[in-house]
Amino acid sequence: MTKNVKVSIRNLYKIFGADPQAALAKVHEGMTKAELLDQTGHVLGLQDINVDMKEGEITVIMGLSGSGKSTLIRHLNRLIEPTAGEVLVNGEDILSWNDAQLRTLRRESMSMVFQNFALLPHRTVLENAGMALATRGMARRDFEGEANKWLDRVGLAGQGEQYPRQLSGGMQQRVGIARALASNSDIMLMDEAFSALDPLIRTDMQNLLLELQAELQKTIVFITHDLDEALKLADHLVILKDGAVVQQGQPQEILLNPADPYIEDFVADINRARVLRVRSVMTDRKPDAPVDGEVAPGDNLESVIALAEGNLDRAFSVSKNGETLGYIDMQSLVRALVPRRVDAEA
Amino acid sequence: MATYDRLFDTLGLRDWCGTEESDGPMSMADLLAKSSGSEATTSLRDFPFPSLDALHDACQAIPQSRDLTKGLETGFLDIRDALRVVVDPLTQPLSWALEDMLWVMTETPWWVMVPVLLLITYAVARSWKVVGFVALVLAGLAFVDHYEVAMQTLAIIFVCALICVLFGVPIGIAMSRSDRLQGVLTPVLDMLQTLPPFVYLIPLIFLFSVTEPKLYGIAVILYAIVPVVRLTNLGIRLVDPDVIEAADAFGMTKSQKLFGVQIPLALPNIMAGVNQTIMMSLAMVVIASMVSAPGLGILVLRGIRNLELGVGLIAGLGIVVLAIALDRVTKASLARIDASQTSR
Ligand SMILES: Nc1ncnc2c1ncn2[C@@H]1O[C@H](COP(=O)(O)OP(=O)(O)O)[C@@H](O)[C@H]1O
Ligand SMILES: [Mg+2]
Repeated sequence: MTKNVKVSIRNLYKIFGADPQAALAKVHEGMTKAELLDQTGHVLGLQDINVDMKEGEITVIMGLSGSGKSTLIRHLNRLIEPTAGEVLVNGEDILSWNDAQLRTLRRESMSMVFQNFALLPHRTVLENAGMALATRGMARRDFEGEANKWLDRVGLAGQGEQYPRQLSGGMQQRVGIARALASNSDIMLMDEAFSALDPLIRTDMQNLLLELQAELQKTIVFITHDLDEALKLADHLVILKDGAVVQQGQPQEILLNPADPYIEDFVADINRARVLRVRSVMTDRKPDAPVDGEVAPGDNLESVIALAEGNLDRAFSVSKNGETLGYIDMQSLVRALVPRRVDAEA
Repeated sequence: MATYDRLFDTLGLRDWCGTEESDGPMSMADLLAKSSGSEATTSLRDFPFPSLDALHDACQAIPQSRDLTKGLETGFLDIRDALRVVVDPLTQPLSWALEDMLWVMTETPWWVMVPVLLLITYAVARSWKVVGFVALVLAGLAFVDHYEVAMQTLAIIFVCALICVLFGVPIGIAMSRSDRLQGVLTPVLDMLQTLPPFVYLIPLIFLFSVTEPKLYGIAVILYAIVPVVRLTNLGIRLVDPDVIEAADAFGMTKSQKLFGVQIPLALPNIMAGVNQTIMMSLAMVVIASMVSAPGLGILVLRGIRNLELGVGLIAGLGIVVLAIALDRVTKASLARIDASQTSR
């Protein structure tokens, strides 16, 4: 099943400073971010970004703080103008759009959730949830129904008349999500939406997002600096470092085959047994050992280890809806749990 | 011989300077020198600064300081008529507004006026305590027969403060949107605020006749508009950039952003500016009594001129309680706005 590409970024560069075009020429000649800052005082925010974001998927962009994640996501609705490159939404280059077209894009096709919630403090929760609709010119009684529906959906039923400051951080971000959903846009941009929340609340919110996504199938661009969160949410994972993409692909793929030492370090502390799924490790080859049972391709390795009761001589068939897709034996499973070093391979 | 004669001689400017003797008026120093009978030999202690007057003594072609002030005066008088053609009609509504307001507030019987003022107080402050305080102040002023002058002072403040807000808020908004405009206006505002209030009056007296209310109206407005402009500008610039970004991200137009986000969030600061503007109007109204502004200031002035200690003191005290009342009312409304939207 191949999905449509909804948003596409092509050869995108962003340089902050007085004369970005001159600095861009230097970058094309091969100057690095540090050299550029040293010699010209320009900040290389993004360099040569190429990412396709597919319809109905969650694309997670991950990187350390300062790696350019916020800069990148703000190019998708042109809150930041690029120095060079293209941003295609449904195949159209939005960089050629005028103000009115851009406003329509922001009002109707893209909504955004912010790290610091960015709710309007002088408006009630209900009015905040209906902000996108009110901005389109709808009167309160017209958007009330829609806003309330989404407030209910994110678990804030009956809180509509409160003011944002009366709510906890987690609840404020639920309002932020309701506000984005109520706009009925098919693209949702989330810039570190859960990073300001306590761990337990963060887990709740991640589950809420996955639940909503299973139902709504939006195109979501999610930014985080937290690998656990990235692996939990991502259909497609993009890893950013110093404004450049170091690796992108399926999260399992990245975990099993890190492209460079930077990503190895990133994935080193992950509980691989919990993150890796059977489908990423299974093989076609029928194992020598006898097959002891069936597992689903979506099961994580932890559950398989539990099923084998820790014995290394077991093997399972992987099946879905009664059809056998492949096999998994405990020895290859254990091998997959050991992080692979790029240099060890060479 | 004047001290700087030699200077002009050595520079070879003697011809340009013209003849030594002139039929111009003698300076006091010349007279003294003449009467002492001998040419003054200037000791080092008396060596004069090369001022216009000192240089003029040595060289007729250089003007005296009094020519400078005279020149300014004639210059101003020359453009006065042209200026009046423009400024007079523009500011005439101010005179009417002041006259009407003075008429309304003094001619309305007190038993109508006082309840109306108290109602306004309640509408603005929403606090019975403040209403009670204002009632007490008004009653106190009326009791010592200062009711009418107090109403005159209030009338002028109401009109001027309203105009300050009507012009000041848009100017502040424009300033918040353009760094260049801020750069230009900031020194102007600084000047308006630091100039001693008397100085405004000088050109205004020449421009308008002293009997016109707009004379003091303009002086009060120029002086009192500064805080509301400044604080509107500041308030809008201080609005949380995250919230502005959210407004942009959801596709708000500039005016949706201004009226739906920036002004409401800047309102506490704008109201603080209005409070200061009202207090400064009061201060200026008192000074403007020197140019015929009616009200409590007239009595203070009388106290000073005629050394009527009691009259001056009572009127001064009246100004103080009026100031406290105005401050309480505007602060109460400020607190109300603050409470309804202290962010996060
Ligand atoms: N307006 C700006 N002017 C100059 N440098 C900027 C600006 N915005 C971001 N940067 C720089 O770009 C880099 C990426 O920033 P950002 O996208 O905010 O990173 P992240 O969101 O990943 O933490 C940082 O080095 C930051 O200093
Ligand atoms: Mg960021």
